Amino acid sequence: MRVGLVCPYAWDVPSGVAIHVKDLAEQLIALGHEVAVLAPGDEEAQTPPYVTLAGRAVPVPFNGSIARVQFGPVSASRVRRWLREGEFDVLHVHSPVSPSLGMLACWSAIGPIVATFHASFDRHSRTMWASSWMLQATLEKVRARIAVSEEARRTIVEHLGGDAVLIPNGVNVERFSHAQPLPGWPGESGALVFLGRVDEPRKGLPTLLEAFPRIDADRPGVRLLVVGPGESDVVREMLPARLLPQVTVLGRVDDETKARALASGTLYVAPHTRGESFGIVLIEAMAAHTPVVASDIVAFRSVLDNGRAGQLFPAGDASALAQSVCSLMADDARMTQFRELGDVAVGQYDWARVVTRIVSVYQTVAVPGETVREDDWHGPGLFASRLRRGNR
Amino acid sequence: MVPVGWFVVVVVLAVLGLYFRGVVGRLDRLHLRVEAALVALDVQLLRRSSLVRELGESGWLDPASSLLLVDAAGQAQRAAAGDRPRVEGELTRTLRAVIDQPDVIAHVGASDLGHDLLVELASSCERVLLARRFANDAIRAATVIHRRWIVRTLRLAGRAKVPDSFEMDDAPSAGLARFEATRP
Repeated sequence: MRVGLVCPYAWDVPSGVAIHVKDLAEQLIALGHEVAVLAPGDEEAQTPPYVTLAGRAVPVPFNGSIARVQFGPVSASRVRRWLREGEFDVLHVHSPVSPSLGMLACWSAIGPIVATFHASFDRHSRTMWASSWMLQATLEKVRARIAVSEEARRTIVEHLGGDAVLIPNGVNVERFSHAQPLPGWPGESGALVFLGRVDEPRKGLPTLLEAFPRIDADRPGVRLLVVGPGESDVVREMLPARLLPQVTVLGRVDDETKARALASGTLYVAPHTRGESFGIVLIEAMAAHTPVVASDIVAFRSVLDNGRAGQLFPAGDASALAQSVCSLMADDARMTQFRELGDVAVGQYDWARVVTRIVSVYQTVAVPGETVREDDWHGPGLFASRLRRGNR
Repeated sequence: MVPVGWFVVVVVLAVLGLYFRGVVGRLDRLHLRVEAALVALDVQLLRRSSLVRELGESGWLDPASSLLLVDAAGQAQRAAAGDRPRVEGELTRTLRAVIDQPDVIAHVGASDLGHDLLVELASSCERVLLARRFANDAIRAATVIHRRWIVRTLRLAGRAKVPDSFEMDDAPSAGLARFEATRP
C-alpha cells in the first residue's frame, strides 16, 4: 500500500506529533508499505529518504504555545505537487486543524483520506474551527478520523460532530524497557527527571524548580536531571546557588540518551500546566520502569488511570508537587506498585499493536483502483452528475 | 448615468451563484464519501461472513455450532439491502454466542490453521466496526447539509438521497478480542 503521511510541525524540531509521524513511517515501512512523508523543514542533510521537506517552518503562537508550522500559497502548491507525484492509496494527515501542511493537504486532496487529531483546542480555536465553512468543507473530505486520546475525541464530538476511532500514540516499549541508567545516576539520595522544552512555561519546569528546594530539605542531596532543548537560564535564575551542583542540564539529546535519562531517575516528574493532549513521555517513563509524578491535567489523568498507575498533583501547585515527591520516595511499596501497574499500562501503547490498528483503518477506507487525487475545487457545477443521477 | 440598481443586482446574483456552487460542491464531495464508505462497509461485511462460513465448514466445531454459523453467514450474504443491518447484527450475535462458548477458542486456536483463521476473523470484525463508524460519520455529515433550508427549498441536492445510517450490533466477542493484538 502506498501511504502519504503529512506532518504539520517542523521535522527537525522534536515535537510529539513529529516523533509520532516518524515512528509511524518506520513501522509502516517495516511492514512492507511504501511511505512518503511531507513535513516543514529545510535541513535536507539529516532527513531519511522517504521525507520531503516543504520549506522552512515559521514559529507562530498557536493553541497556547509556539508552533513551528508552514502556510501560504507557496506551501500549498508544494503540497499539491507532492500529492500529484505520490499517487497514494491512502493520505494520512496529522492535525488537520492546525494551520499548517496537514490542513493544506486536506484542502488540496480528495480520495481516501485519514486524519489523526492530536490536540484538543482552547476556546478561541474552537470558535474559529466550528464557524468557518472553509474548514468544514475541508474536514468533510476526511473518510476516517482517528483521535489519539479520549480528550481529543471529545473535542471532535463536541465541535465537529460525528465521532472518531480511538487509537493511542505508539511507544517503542522495548527501547525504553531495556535502557540502562546514565553512568552515576540516580545516586544515593535519589534523582528526579524532567523532560521537555526548558523555556516553554507550559511544560512546567518553573513549578518543579520552585518545589526543588523543599524536596532537597526533605531529602538532602537529591539530584535533578533536566533534558530538553531551550535556554536554561531559568534554572540559574530560580534556584539558590548552593543547589546548582545537584542539577544537570542535558539540552537536546538523541533517542538512546533520552531513554537512558528516563531510566536514570528515581522518579519522573511531569509538571506540565496545560495544553498536552497526550502524555507520551509518561508512557515512555513507565516503559523505562520509572514511576511517574504528574500534574492532574486531563491527558495525564487518563494515561495514569486516575492516579492508580502514578502519582497526580494539582497542576501548577509547587508545594503539592514537593509533598507528592517526598512521600512517594519514602514509600517503597507504592513505588513497586507503580512500576508493576506501569508495565501493564504501557502494553496498549506498544507500536506493534498500534500500527496494526492504523493499518486496519487504512484498509477500511482504501478503495482498490482509487488513489488520492488533487481536489481542484471547481466543483461539479450546478448540475453535478452524481447529484442529478441520484444514489445507486 | 451608472445604473446602480443593475450593478447591485449583478453583484448579488454573482455572490448567490458562488454560494450555491460552493454548497453543491460540498454536497457532491459528501455523496462521494458516503458512497465510498458504503462500498467499504459492504466489502468488510462480505469478508466477515465468508470467514464465518469458513469457520463453520472447517470441521473444528461441533455440528450444532457449525450449522448456526453457516446458516447465519448464508443469511447475511443473501440479505436484501433493506434487511441487511438486522441480518448482519444477527450474524454478530451468533458469532459471539458460538465463539464465547467455553473451550471454543482454545480448541480452534490449537492448530496453526485455526489460529490464523481466528486472527483473521478478529481483524475482520474490527474492520466491520471501523467501516460502519466511518460510513455513519459520512452519512451524518451529508444529512446536516441536506437538512439546510436553502438546500431543501431549491432542491440543490437534485435527486440524491442520503441513506439511513447503518445501525447494527457489531460489539466484538470477548474471546476474539484477545486475538486483536496479533498482526493480521
